[in-house]
Amino acid sequence: MAEEGKDLRAYWRRNLQIQFWLLAIWFVAGYVLSIFLVEPLNHIKMGGFPLGFWFAQQGAIYVFVILIFVYCKLMRGVDKEFGVDEDAA
Amino acid sequence: MGILGWTYFWVGLTFGIYIFIAWRSRVADTKGFYVAGMGVPPVANGMATGADWMSAASFISMAGLISFLGYAGTYYLLGWTGGYVLLALLLAPYLRKFGKYTVPDFVGDRYYSQSARMVAAACAVFVSFTYVAGQMRGVGIVFSRFLEVDINTGVLIGMCIVFIYAALGGMKGITWTQVAQYCVLIIAYLIPAWAVSYKITGVPIPQIGFGSTIASGQHAGQYLLDTLNVIARDLGFVEYTKAFATQKTNMLNVFMIMFCLMVGTAGLPHVIIRFYTVPKVRDARLSAGWALFFIALLYTTAPAVAAFVRYNMINTLEGKRWEERPAWYTNWSKPGLIAWVDKNGDGVIQYKPGKPFIGRPKWKKGKDGKILTGKWGEPLLANKLTKNENELYIDRDIMVLASPEIGGLPAWVVGLVAAGGLAAALSTAAGLLLVVGSSVSHDLYYRVVNKNATEKQRLLVARIMIGVAVACAGYFGINPPAFVAQVVAFAFGLAASSFFPIIILGIFSTRVNREGAICGMLAGIIFTAIYIIQTKFLGYGNWFLGITPEGIGTIGMLINFIVTIIVTSFTKAPPAEIQQIVENVRIPKGAGAALDH
Repeated sequence: MAEEGKDLRAYWRRNLQIQFWLLAIWFVAGYVLSIFLVEPLNHIKMGGFPLGFWFAQQGAIYVFVILIFVYCKLMRGVDKEFGVDEDAA
Repeated sequence: MGILGWTYFWVGLTFGIYIFIAWRSRVADTKGFYVAGMGVPPVANGMATGADWMSAASFISMAGLISFLGYAGTYYLLGWTGGYVLLALLLAPYLRKFGKYTVPDFVGDRYYSQSARMVAAACAVFVSFTYVAGQMRGVGIVFSRFLEVDINTGVLIGMCIVFIYAALGGMKGITWTQVAQYCVLIIAYLIPAWAVSYKITGVPIPQIGFGSTIASGQHAGQYLLDTLNVIARDLGFVEYTKAFATQKTNMLNVFMIMFCLMVGTAGLPHVIIRFYTVPKVRDARLSAGWALFFIALLYTTAPAVAAFVRYNMINTLEGKRWEERPAWYTNWSKPGLIAWVDKNGDGVIQYKPGKPFIGRPKWKKGKDGKILTGKWGEPLLANKLTKNENELYIDRDIMVLASPEIGGLPAWVVGLVAAGGLAAALSTAAGLLLVVGSSVSHDLYYRVVNKNATEKQRLLVARIMIGVAVACAGYFGINPPAFVAQVVAFAFGLAASSFFPIIILGIFSTRVNREGAICGMLAGIIFTAIYIIQTKFLGYGNWFLGITPEGIGTIGMLINFIVTIIVTSFTKAPPAEIQQIVENVRIPKGAGAALDH
């Protein structure tokens, strides 16, 4: 029982680490590139898009969608590794 | 068949489908009624969440809003999508594991307090109510514009339809109708968007056409966004892609509003409750991903539509003689979505910044009730004119509503847009009504008033409550109080400053206790409510760092976090069994055996 408790704490720590990095990307895409750095980035052109504007109205949304699916995938692996997967007996 | 005939066809067909689905998925137990028996597959739940989330405003008004705001429209686009990342990572899986029926349930159990439960239930009802009144109004507007019936009749029809399938099928009925409604609304949105994109840029994918060159006409070969910037500069508007142009859209406010909308999204009960309906914890994560994917289909298309239609509108109207106006102008002039007043008497349409006249267009009518016309044959207005040079009134809703005609699409597509708008409004209204019904019947009636209530009694109370809520929402839809538009800020601010911090801390800390949570929730709500009331209704300036009321929920949320943590640190830790619950919520294993209480 004690052994399992330790495992669960490690599981939770791993989850927090993954969340930290994914939320860091979330913040960079949604706030840093789309708001804080939008003016300098707008000097760079990507086709007809000023880059900052593209992040603000397109790019960040794509990043958000990808982040959630990445989280699902990573946690699927972590759940299995620690034996807390719902399919596990 | 004309536009009107097709509109009746699509609206009739889709309504028939919704009622059929509701009949097929009617329920007889509370688990089915509150959380659809926890048997919804993740992709279906993603679609249902998308329809639940995207309201009449997202469907009809958002592209128009963005086309007037340009870059500043970003806070809506990202604010209403970014919250799903927070939901998927920080809330959905743990709330699903917790396995109860409502948000107040979690708050009440985690903080072992009936008062916390009641505060949460009151917030859930209030937030959902403010939101649903606007949806009913949206239903009425779509009816009156497309089917030429009175707004009030439209609201009444909408009320009946929503009541039938929300009361009959509960969450199960709502879920499967929302899946159908998502399909209707996304098809109705994307077909015109593809056509307009193809017509203006030669690229049929709006997300790419947005950054492409214009295909024909005087600006052929130039990038669309560059052209919009040049046109805007020439006419005296802010450049389309320029950031932070006004006081309301400075960097701090864009940040505050966006953060408030994101956190508010993650705290809205009708969104959170959708993640209770899936079978497994990992389905909760996955369905948040699907939800955002389905939402992103519309949300990445909307800014492109905004740019295309703005370009087309200015290009076909500004500086043109009245008789050269395009055919769609006349269609949308009748319901007052577009109007021209020839201030300088030259017969040419001039579009400049500022409002052309005060208020929405009111046509000047003669004794026989016919609209009077001026020197050029244009309908005359009764409104008081403003002093600026702008002669053209453009309602933001026209950007989406007229897009099929601008794209040169046949009548059957124009009719489909009406069905899409109704699907968006009805699906959101139904989701909100269910929250009101389940909060009252489960959190207040069953958990507080009558703890021995049978399944049957609880279902009956829920159904009656939905009926009462529909009636109230309908009343406000018919007699909209002046503050309806203003209260949306309230809903998000309130959700951000009440639920979000409490739920996050309840999951990520075992130490946070009842005293902290109640004080934090109250401090967050009271600060946010006072600020919004002061600045929106009592004429105070934006006294806190110049933050607009739309963004103040971010500060309210911080206050909630800080107060909760400080009060917690001075009071004693929660009981051991509560800490055990928190530990248990964090791991997915065992969610299948969710408690049925």
